[in-house]
Amino acid sequence: MSKKDYKALGLTEEQVLDIYRTMLLARKIDERMWLLNRAGKIPFVISCQGQEAAQVGAAFALNREKDYVAPYYRDMGVVLAFGMTTTDLMLSGFAKAEDPNSGGRQMPGHFGQKKNRILTGSSPVTTQLPHAVGVALAAKMKHDPIVSFVTLGEGSSNQGDFHEGLNFAGVHKLPVITMVENNKYAISVPLEKQIASKTVAERAQSYGMPGVTVDGNDPLAVYDAVKQAHERALKGEGPTLIEAVSYRLTAHSSDDDDRLYRGSDEVEEAKKKDAIITFAKYLKDVGVLTDEVEKEMNEVIQQEVNDATDYAENAAYAKPEEALKFVYEE
Amino acid sequence: MPVMSYIQAITTALREEMQRDENVFVLGEDVGKKGGVFRATDGLYETFGEARVLDTPLAESAIAGVGIGAAMYGMRPVAEMQFADFIMPAVNQIISEAAKIRYRSNNDWHAPITIRAPYGGGVHGALYHSQSVEAVFANQPGLKIVMPSTPYDVKGLLKAAIRDNDPVLFFEHKRAYRLLKEEVPEDDYVLPIGKADIKKEGSDITVITYGLCVHFALQAAEKLAEDGISAHVLDLRTVYPLDQAAIIEAAKKTGKVLLITEDNKEGSIIGEVAAIIAENCLFDLDAPVQRLAGPDVPSMPYAPTMEKFFMINPDKVEKAMRELAEF
Repeated sequence: MSKKDYKALGLTEEQVLDIYRTMLLARKIDERMWLLNRAGKIPFVISCQGQEAAQVGAAFALNREKDYVAPYYRDMGVVLAFGMTTTDLMLSGFAKAEDPNSGGRQMPGHFGQKKNRILTGSSPVTTQLPHAVGVALAAKMKHDPIVSFVTLGEGSSNQGDFHEGLNFAGVHKLPVITMVENNKYAISVPLEKQIASKTVAERAQSYGMPGVTVDGNDPLAVYDAVKQAHERALKGEGPTLIEAVSYRLTAHSSDDDDRLYRGSDEVEEAKKKDAIITFAKYLKDVGVLTDEVEKEMNEVIQQEVNDATDYAENAAYAKPEEALKFVYEE
Repeated sequence: MPVMSYIQAITTALREEMQRDENVFVLGEDVGKKGGVFRATDGLYETFGEARVLDTPLAESAIAGVGIGAAMYGMRPVAEMQFADFIMPAVNQIISEAAKIRYRSNNDWHAPITIRAPYGGGVHGALYHSQSVEAVFANQPGLKIVMPSTPYDVKGLLKAAIRDNDPVLFFEHKRAYRLLKEEVPEDDYVLPIGKADIKKEGSDITVITYGLCVHFALQAAEKLAEDGISAHVLDLRTVYPLDQAAIIEAAKKTGKVLLITEDNKEGSIIGEVAAIIAENCLFDLDAPVQRLAGPDVPSMPYAPTMEKFFMINPDKVEKAMRELAEF
């Protein structure tokens, strides 16, 4: 449950409902992808479940008309907030030619869409961090008043690109916000075997930037932290590292069995803090969400996901020879 | 026409491109105030300022990765790796990212970055300041690898690399930097990436090579000419993707082909050149395709005896060319 007052953060009723709706949409698309995977219709799923609050809360604190994002593979909430549609995501799930991320070339979760300023991503982790720093460097050189936003998992904060990229951003005081979505696991390896420091956020100290840890299950807490970082970035005060702590509610991917390395009691405990439930409760407590609105929202989303699934399932694959295109400029 | 060294041609191309297009900027270790450890960026900091001639932290993956990000935003970064040997920490950024950005986004994004790096031996650089690293990148579709042999080619090809809408690795032979000088036009010319260049017409044997070895072949060709042997010399200039048509034409012309690289022999660029010739020219050949290359040891040792043993030189090239002519 959020400890923040949405009005004090400058958010309207409409905006917080939109945050919740986007979180819920991400969850419902993700759940559908799992069903499709288990039904043998799509080969792979990598999940956002448990991280929607951090993703959507952060995205809403950015300028969604101007800023650039370099999401990682779980960031369905971020890309939805930045203009990718349910149909786009389903087309990616089914690897169809119309998939705007890659035309069916990449696995789902490898986001990218230039018209929405979503940088294209890959599978080797953390490579996107220096890219986001490069965008911030370019924007600073061109005096463009934009911010770049990059996300990654806490496991990725061990990669060289994390440290090289943050240091570069710190030295040159660049307008880049790095958000580590700490979901406590790097596939099977738990946090305590990943990171020697107490938090990921304290790694920021070495790179001359503030590092803050926030409750990743509270979209308003994440919104607040990212909003402040955004203001600093636009004022020329440089980068910020934010660690949003939540929990990965699913296995790493559709090819992973998390029962091999963690107990179901732990997962059940985490589900009590699931933001899809707790944020809905908050919104009801403050009188923004009613049972009626919630029901209608679920129905609309259900229909949207159904329509997108049908559309994507029936859409065409790329022709085989399409595999030869776009190695170089044509 | 001014006479220019190989490295002056690099500086000139950078300067002219930075004047032409405000999106062009250079980044790397020591490229700013110092003007580069070899002084390839000499004077650019004074002309264009700190923002466009960026001294970066000592972190090659960031140099490449930040450059890639800036390129996706619309800039034309020219990243310098201080030595080609030090490009290894950036391999993930170059191969997993730069090479695949256009392809993986189905042509939505592209990353027009140029990465310059001095390579090559014969400068007492030992294992880690002498290597030829092109073969590491030469099976990565999406990348282009340019390795010019003359100041004239340097200027035209570096400009082409910077203007190219795909990532280009631009490897400069460090021993050529001050060794090679020639007249270079002052005008704004661009040479085509992906095209080999006939450096000398000949009719008895064909030598296909690139970089500094082109000069060894031309020197040897002069000596052979005294004995009535006419050598045809093809400079690959772009080693990936290869100019297959030019290779086939040059091989067919004489039917006797010597391939030369300063790199280790096995798995080098010239192995692929040999395969192209094998596929296309079997019935035109009058001798087995010959390869002259460095030995298959990890890299060039420091001691002058061993360095000389490793390096290709005009004498080794001449010997190989004579043997082929006599086959």
